Amino acid sequence: MELTLWTYEGPPHVGAMRIATSMEGVHYVLHAPQGDTYADLLFTMIERQNKRPPVTYTTFQARDLGGDTAELVKRSISDAVERFQPQALLVGESCTAELIQDQPGSLAQGMGFNLPIVNLELPAYSKKENWGASETFYQLLRTLLKDQALNPGAEKPSPSRWRSEQRKPRVNLLGPSLLGFRCRDDVIEVTKLLSELGVDVHVAAPLGASPADLKRIPEADANICLYPEIAESSCSWLERQLGMVSIKTVPIGIGAIQQFREELAAVLELDQIPAPPDRSRMPWYSQSVDSTYLTGKRVFIFADATHAIAAARIASKELGFQVVGLGSYCREQARAVRAAAQELGIEALISDDYLEVEAAMAAAAPELVLGTQMERHSAKRLGIPCAVISAPIHVQDVPARYAPQMGWEGANVIFDSWVHPLMMGLEEHLIGMFRHDFEFVEGHMSHKGQKAPADKLVAEEAAVPATVSGGCSWTSSGSAELGRIPFFVRGKVKRNTETFAHERGISEITDEVLYEAKAHFTR
Amino acid sequence: MRLEIIKENGQREVFCGLTSIVWLHRRMPDAFFLVVGSRTCAHLIQSAAGVMIFAEPRFGTAILGERDLAGLADANEELDRVVTDLLVRRPEIRTLFLVGSCPSEVIKLDLAKAAERLSTRLQGQVRVVNYSGSGIETTFTQGEDNALTALVPFLPRNDESQLLLVGTLADGVEERFLTLFERLGISNVASFPPRRSTELPSLGKGTKVLLAQPFLGSTARALQSRGAQLLSSPYPLGVEGSSRWFEAAATAFGIDPAHTASVLDPLVERGRAAVAPHRRELEGKRLFLLPDSQMELPLGRFLHRECGMELVEVGTPYLDRALQQPELDLLPAGLQLSEGQHLEKQLDRVRAAKPDLVVCGMGLANPLEAEGFATKWSIELVFSPIHGCDQAGDLAELFARPLRRRAMLAFN
Repeated sequence: MELTLWTYEGPPHVGAMRIATSMEGVHYVLHAPQGDTYADLLFTMIERQNKRPPVTYTTFQARDLGGDTAELVKRSISDAVERFQPQALLVGESCTAELIQDQPGSLAQGMGFNLPIVNLELPAYSKKENWGASETFYQLLRTLLKDQALNPGAEKPSPSRWRSEQRKPRVNLLGPSLLGFRCRDDVIEVTKLLSELGVDVHVAAPLGASPADLKRIPEADANICLYPEIAESSCSWLERQLGMVSIKTVPIGIGAIQQFREELAAVLELDQIPAPPDRSRMPWYSQSVDSTYLTGKRVFIFADATHAIAAARIASKELGFQVVGLGSYCREQARAVRAAAQELGIEALISDDYLEVEAAMAAAAPELVLGTQMERHSAKRLGIPCAVISAPIHVQDVPARYAPQMGWEGANVIFDSWVHPLMMGLEEHLIGMFRHDFEFVEGHMSHKGQKAPADKLVAEEAAVPATVSGGCSWTSSGSAELGRIPFFVRGKVKRNTETFAHERGISEITDEVLYEAKAHFTR
Repeated sequence: MRLEIIKENGQREVFCGLTSIVWLHRRMPDAFFLVVGSRTCAHLIQSAAGVMIFAEPRFGTAILGERDLAGLADANEELDRVVTDLLVRRPEIRTLFLVGSCPSEVIKLDLAKAAERLSTRLQGQVRVVNYSGSGIETTFTQGEDNALTALVPFLPRNDESQLLLVGTLADGVEERFLTLFERLGISNVASFPPRRSTELPSLGKGTKVLLAQPFLGSTARALQSRGAQLLSSPYPLGVEGSSRWFEAAATAFGIDPAHTASVLDPLVERGRAAVAPHRRELEGKRLFLLPDSQMELPLGRFLHRECGMELVEVGTPYLDRALQQPELDLLPAGLQLSEGQHLEKQLDRVRAAKPDLVVCGMGLANPLEAEGFATKWSIELVFSPIHGCDQAGDLAELFARPLRRRAMLAFN
């Protein structure tokens, strides 16, 4: 038994759902108790999907356990196939169904359907969501592509055959999925990055792909493993069985983008890659003097392996932070995280225990936390600014606006979103220094939503020229002095001054009255 | 009334009882809810509540591992260890709920006995209680029913005359109700669950129980078995339901009907006036309620009788005839009622009937919106202050809003 307050990953069947729901034409029959349909919400609410996930649940109840649950499974399978007419069927169990051992996958395979059926064996008590997604994607690819596997000793297709075939080079983007971090926009951004090099995207999968698309995967010249958590095992199978080369650099951050471009050029034997265009504003923003105060900021990073490694590089090399903690909940990718940490002279934290991460965070005493939705809890508890860089995420991290992490624009997005909480942190320090402030009092966080109406009021008042109010009029000297007050406190000063004047029967507000009032309210 | 009930079995798109933790942890901030289950259970609760950022988590999961399933680890020792760790971190916890889940029930882990053992060990510090929130046993709000039932044995005995309001109410609503009962002349009123888990109300032969929620069958029976008298009434949703609910209490306490009327009449009048503008938007509109919380009958009754909506189908996950009879008596004859669910068939009925508003869960709301249906997601009804005459307008507004919004939005 393991005490969990927050879990970084869901159970493996949620990973399988991510694959099914990301794709078109795939249906998933899940043997699960009543209530496990909560997982639909991840897609309809967090991802804001406009259709139900293609998942049929058996939703057995206690009274079914006395009867024939296997019969229930078979009924659910045949109903689902008949109603949804999928191109491929996934069949699996949730954690409770695993305990009653109905073997739904084997049952499905014995039902005589003429469509590819993938029997998912996802051990819910030892594996988790990303593993489930990775395994599902791999098993689906394997089922659909095993006929295309090369015979032993056969020559591997050359990644530069596009030249002799007189066409543009083309690659597959493997790994993007729903509930991944910003996958929707990363695909668009990486597609742009590739088009700069004259490379086409052949198939992006699982996100948006159908089983028919998966069958076209071998036609590409190489695979790009965008999210190793989801696609590494598939890429390595495609490499082993079909001789397809994988590009492993994940283009998050300026340095990684350059390395990605170089790796791609080398693999595809591109003639000459154009000089890096000045596409991202991030390098200049980071070099500009306003960013000087970022130097040496202590940052704690905890995320999935891909985003943690990328963040560590960006933080240390591109933003000038000091990385004081680096870790990941992805045990499968632990080695790569350890290597990245070692380069920074620290030891990686590989854990899925939220409390352990919180303790490490507290011990490292960072000034900024880059983490997941979970780290926002710990950071709040410890009072440290925090930005989200990886799944698990909540609804605010599936934004309507274009918000990639990869490519040139991704670097812009990263600069803004990582620096933003620090600006707020600075404000907090100022509050600590000047406790007498009459608006920015102890505990006040002006960037927080709940204070927005007050801010709006201030802005409105500041916009209105100070003339007559509450029986007092402002003289020109008073108005001029009011104009010198920083805008974010101006409205408050104006109101305080008018109250002060009104209480004392002063009809004309001069600069002196304003200072009298200011002195009065700071006492 | 003779009832035509469609009883269906098939895929059910509902929450399990664990979800009740999402509001119970706020009602009793000194309690902690420890689910004994799998990663799925942990994932469910954090998906439902995780958008709130907690400095101090008030719920967690003891996730069963392979060692626990294989019997390699003694489940009781493991649970003791987990609870000890938890209490070190959160020493201010006064009540610890051990919440059973599908996995813990399928492997027949005896959490009741574990709760007893831990209670003895932690005597004077923490009370440990057990209830089931599993999907195989409970649907959504039934989790609250089970949690309250588990607390009933701890209610101190007191045979004096008192009124007990049962079911989670919003703080503001609860305070308002206490004022109104006082005005009626009933001053000894307690709430269950209380705001602090240590301040449990007393219970005995003089206790008259008024259920604020329709999903509390097992709690009601537990209270009755300890001598309390259950008052029969429609639920306090809408003006009619609420005034009848107050009247039921007033009658039971022998309050002069003229006095009762003098207290309630102005509320009724004001409530009707508050509902009126929403009634104009809802009148004649066709409503389809999918099963979710067992609140569907009282909601359907309110929307039909007070807002003039036409009921296409009222679905409920479970129909407790005894507790719902006063509601059934107010619903129109020939109402299409369904108990249980076969999701696909029910959605076929939704599509065929083309209702103006569908009340459904969040797994269905956006997909149905995309198909062109106005929806009202039902979980909000357990998170909103909707009880009482004074809230009738707000309750109607919850249903009028999606319709008004659809009419407002234009992108051309």
